[in-house]
Amino acid sequence: MNAPADFHRFPAGEPTNISRRRFLLGSAGVATGALVLGFGIPLGAPRALAQAAPASPDAASRVPAFIEIRPDDTVRFLSPFMEGGQGVFTAMAQIVAEELDIDPSVFVVEAAPAGKVFQVMIGGMRITGGSMSVRLTYDFMRRLGASARAMLIEAAARRLGVAAGTLTTEPGKVIHKASGRSLRYGELASGALDLPVPDASALKLRDPKQFRWIGKPVARLDMHEKSTGKAVYAIDCKVENMLHAAVQHAPRLGMTVGAIRNEDLVKAMKGVHSVHRLDGAVAVLAERWWHAKRAVEALSVDWQEPAADSDGRNMPVDFGSDAFVKSLAATTGDGEEAESEGDFAKAFEEASQTVEATYHSQYLHHAQLEPPSALARFNPDGTLELWMPNQAPEMFQGQIAELTGLDPSQVIINSPLLGGFFGRHFLYPAGNPYPQAIALAKASGRPVKLIWSREEEFLRDPLRPAAAVRFRAGLDAEGMPVAFEAISATEGPGEGIANKRGKGIDESAVEGLTKKAYAIPNRRIAQQFVKTPATLAYWRSVGNSMNDFLYETFLDEVADKGGIDPYGLRLRLLHGNERLTNLLNAVGELSGGWKRGPYTAADGTRRARGIGMASPFGSEAAAIAEVSIREGQVVVHDVWEAIDPGSIVNPAIVEAQVNSAAALGLSQVLMEEAVYEKGEPVARNYDLYQILRPDQMPRVHVKIVESGAKMGGIGEPPLPAVPPAVANAVSALTGQRVRSMPLSRLKFDS
Amino acid sequence: MQLRINGESREVDADGDTPLLWVIRDDLGMTGTKYGCGLAQCGACSVMVDGVITRSCVTPVESVADSAITTIEAIEQDAVGKRVVEAWVKHQVPQCGYCQSGQVMAATALLKENASPSAEDVHAAMVNLCRCGTYNAIEAAMMDLAGIENTAPESEAAGGGEGGLGAGTIAAGVAVAAGAAVAGGALVRRSRKAKAAGQETSPEARPETRNEEEGA
Ligand code: FES
Ligand code: FES
Repeated sequence: MNAPADFHRFPAGEPTNISRRRFLLGSAGVATGALVLGFGIPLGAPRALAQAAPASPDAASRVPAFIEIRPDDTVRFLSPFMEGGQGVFTAMAQIVAEELDIDPSVFVVEAAPAGKVFQVMIGGMRITGGSMSVRLTYDFMRRLGASARAMLIEAAARRLGVAAGTLTTEPGKVIHKASGRSLRYGELASGALDLPVPDASALKLRDPKQFRWIGKPVARLDMHEKSTGKAVYAIDCKVENMLHAAVQHAPRLGMTVGAIRNEDLVKAMKGVHSVHRLDGAVAVLAERWWHAKRAVEALSVDWQEPAADSDGRNMPVDFGSDAFVKSLAATTGDGEEAESEGDFAKAFEEASQTVEATYHSQYLHHAQLEPPSALARFNPDGTLELWMPNQAPEMFQGQIAELTGLDPSQVIINSPLLGGFFGRHFLYPAGNPYPQAIALAKASGRPVKLIWSREEEFLRDPLRPAAAVRFRAGLDAEGMPVAFEAISATEGPGEGIANKRGKGIDESAVEGLTKKAYAIPNRRIAQQFVKTPATLAYWRSVGNSMNDFLYETFLDEVADKGGIDPYGLRLRLLHGNERLTNLLNAVGELSGGWKRGPYTAADGTRRARGIGMASPFGSEAAAIAEVSIREGQVVVHDVWEAIDPGSIVNPAIVEAQVNSAAALGLSQVLMEEAVYEKGEPVARNYDLYQILRPDQMPRVHVKIVESGAKMGGIGEPPLPAVPPAVANAVSALTGQRVRSMPLSRLKFDS
Repeated sequence: MQLRINGESREVDADGDTPLLWVIRDDLGMTGTKYGCGLAQCGACSVMVDGVITRSCVTPVESVADSAITTIEAIEQDAVGKRVVEAWVKHQVPQCGYCQSGQVMAATALLKENASPSAEDVHAAMVNLCRCGTYNAIEAAMMDLAGIENTAPESEAAGGGEGGLGAGTIAAGVAVAAGAAVAGGALVRRSRKAKAAGQETSPEARPETRNEEEGA
C-alpha cells in the first residue's frame, strides 16, 4: 500500500482457455464439461502451472481467478476482489455477462484464492481498496466475457456445421437464424473446451448504446443469502477438530507478558484446553469460544513495560489523544511542500484582508460490525491454510510465508465475505489476528479459530489519523481568495503502517488538501510530519475522509470573511471547469435550488444548509446538507449529493454506496472519535464508541452525473463531501464557526 | 438442557449462564445469528424468544429453557418472516449483510405482533446498528411491509423526533457521545448512561458492562 502506483499494474494479460487443465480443475470443484477461461496466463503456462502446483488436498487454492460456464447454464466466477458490501461481485458479473450475453442473475461469484500461480497471472498485487476494482478491470472483464462468447459461437458453428459468421447470440443461447436452431451455452461449453481463445484484436465489444446490463440497476446477487443468515463470513468458518481461541492483549502496545498470577486457576475453568503466552498477549484455547473468552479475561497478567531500547511502535503511558491533537495544533514551521503554485508569501503579504485559523480532525475506529477473526490449520501435506478477512490475499500470503518460513505456494488463503471493512482488513502490524491464530495452531497441533472480542478489537484497531491544519488565506479587494496555505501537522497512514517516513510526502496524509480544483492563483500545501504514538490505518476514503472537511470548512470561513455566498464562491472558483460547474449545478438543482438560510421550516424549526465538495479516487462529488439544532445537538434532515464517477456500471449500487458513505461521513462529523487517555482507549465497545444510529440517518438524495470522463471509484468518493456540508450548515445556522469534528463535542444554542 | 429452537427440540450441554448467542453459534452450529458487541449495543445477535425480539448475546441460556426460540435459519418457514425477506430482497437492503440477520429478525418480530405498525412503531422497533448505513433501505422496506406510503413527513424521516424514539432517547445517546470525550473519572457514570439508553430497547441488558468494570 505504500506505492499506490502498483495498483495500476492490475490487470495484465489476456484471457486464456484453461479448460484443458482438467486434472487440476476437476479437483477444484469445476463441473465436468465446463468451459473455463482464466486471466492472462502467459503462453505455455499450463505446464508451468502444473509444476507450480504441488499435490494439495485443496486444489481450489491453486486455480486462478476464472469464469466457468457450466453444463447447467450457470456461470461461476472467481472474483479477484472481495465482497464486503460494496457490490463488487454483482458489478463484476454484470460486466462479464454483458459481453458474454447472458443474464447476470445466473452468476455464482466467489472470492478468488491467493497463490503464487494467481500472482503470476495478474502480474502484480491485487487489492480490494482505493475504490479501484471496477474502474481498473472494466475493459479486461469485458474482453473476458467477449472471448467466452466468441468461443461458444465457434463451438456452435462446429456442432451445427455452419459458418460462425451466420450465428448470433441471445441471452444464454447461440442462435442460427436461418434454420431457427439454437443451442444453450451449457450445452456448448464442453464443445469449447479445446478451442483457442480468439485473438484480442478480433474481438468485437458491444456498442455501449446497446448495453442491456451495464448501466442498469441490476439486482445484487447476494441479497437473499444476506437476508436469511446464509452468507458466510470468516467468523462463521469452521473445520473439523477445531479449537476456539480468545486473547487478552496488553493494555498498551509494546508491553510484554510477565507472570500470570492465576494460571492454574484459569486452566481449571470449565472447557479450558490450554493457556498460552503470545507476543504482547495471552490466549486461552477451549472447545467453545465463550469458555475461551471468559477464561482469558479472568487471567491476571503482570504486563511488563517494553525495554527502553525496543524499536517497535510502543504506546507510551502518557499518550492522551486530546493533548496530542492540541500539540499538533501548536506546531510551528512551514512543513514540507506537497503542492505549490504561484507565490503564496507575496500574495498573502499584498492581500486586502487575511484569514488565519487552525482546524483539526479526530482519531477514528473502523468499527466494522464483524469483529476480526482468523482460522488457521496446518494440513498434512505441509501447507498452512487460513480463513480470514482480508483486502489483499497475496500480501497476507507473503507476510505469512515470511513469518512461518513456508514457501508462499504452501500458504493457502481463503477469503470469506467481509462483514464490513472500510480499510480495516489490510496488513497492519499488531492489527491482525492471524499471527496469533497460527502460533496457537502450531502450539496445540489442532486447527484454531481465534475471534477478537469487540473489546480486544477496539484495543488494537489501528486508527484513522488525526490532523491539525494551520490555514492562512489572503483575499483581494472583492473578497475573493488569491492566496491559500494549508500546513497539516500529521502522520499519514502509509507512514504510520511502515513506522517510518518514505521518500517524500505521504500522499495519503495530504490528499483532499492537495488537488483541489479551485482556481486560487497562489497556493501552498504542506505536511508537517509528527509521529503519532497510536497505530494508524487506512479508513474509508483515507486522507480525503478528513482533509476535505478541513479544507471545505475553512473555505466557508474565507467566503464569510469576503462577504461572498459559499456556493457562489465555489462556482466562481470553478469558472471554466465544465465538469465541476455542472456537478455543482446538479447538486443545487437536486436540493431544489441553493439556499443557505437560516430559515424557518414548515415544522417551525430553524434550519440552514451547507455545501461541500471533494475529488477523491478519480470521482467528483458535491453534497448539500440541511440541519437544525435540537437540545443543543445537531440534527441532519436531508443530504443531497451529486456524484460524477465518469461512467457507471450499476446505478442502484452507486445509490446504495452513496447512502453508505454518507452514513459513515455523518457518523464521523456528528459523533465519532477514538479517545485515548493514559495510553489506553476510553471506549472498548459501542456503548462509549458511538456510531450513527437509525434515528440519526437523514434522507439521502442522489444524483448520478455521467460526464464521460475516465471512470472513477464509487465505494469511497461519496464520503468526503458530506462532513463539511454538515459543518458548514451548522456554522450558517448558529453563526458559530465549526473548526473540528465531531460536532457532539460542541454545544449549540437552539 | 433441552432447547426448543426453530420448531425442534435440541439437547445442549452448556452452563446455564452461557449467553444464548454462543450456544446457538458454537453448540448448535448455526452461524446466521451474529456477534457484533456482546453488550446489547448493536442487535446483530437478535433472535425471537416466544415471539419477542431478544439480544441473545446477553441472554443466559437457562432463562430461555422453556421458551420457543426462532433464529434467522428458520425465518422463511414463518409466513411473516418470508414476507420480510422478500421485502429485503425487493428493496435490496443488505450491503455487507453482517447486521441483516438481526434486522430481519427485528422486522419480523414487530410485524408478527402488529401487522400494520405506524411509522412510529417501526422507528421504535428498528434500532439495530448498521455500520454500512442501510438505514434508508430498511426504512423503505419497512414502510412497504407496513403498507405506509414512503412519503413520510420531514420530521419523521429526518430522525423520528416525534416518533417512538422520543427526543429524550436521542438526547441521552448524544450526551453519552459527548461524554465519551471527558476524562476517565466519569467512566462509570457514562457507562450507566449508555446502559440506560440501551435498556429501553433491550430489557435483557446485563447489569454491568466491561467498561464499567475497568473504570471501577
Ligand atoms: S452482539 Fe451486539 S447486541 Fe448482541
Ligand atoms: S449491512 Fe453491513 S453492517 Fe449492516
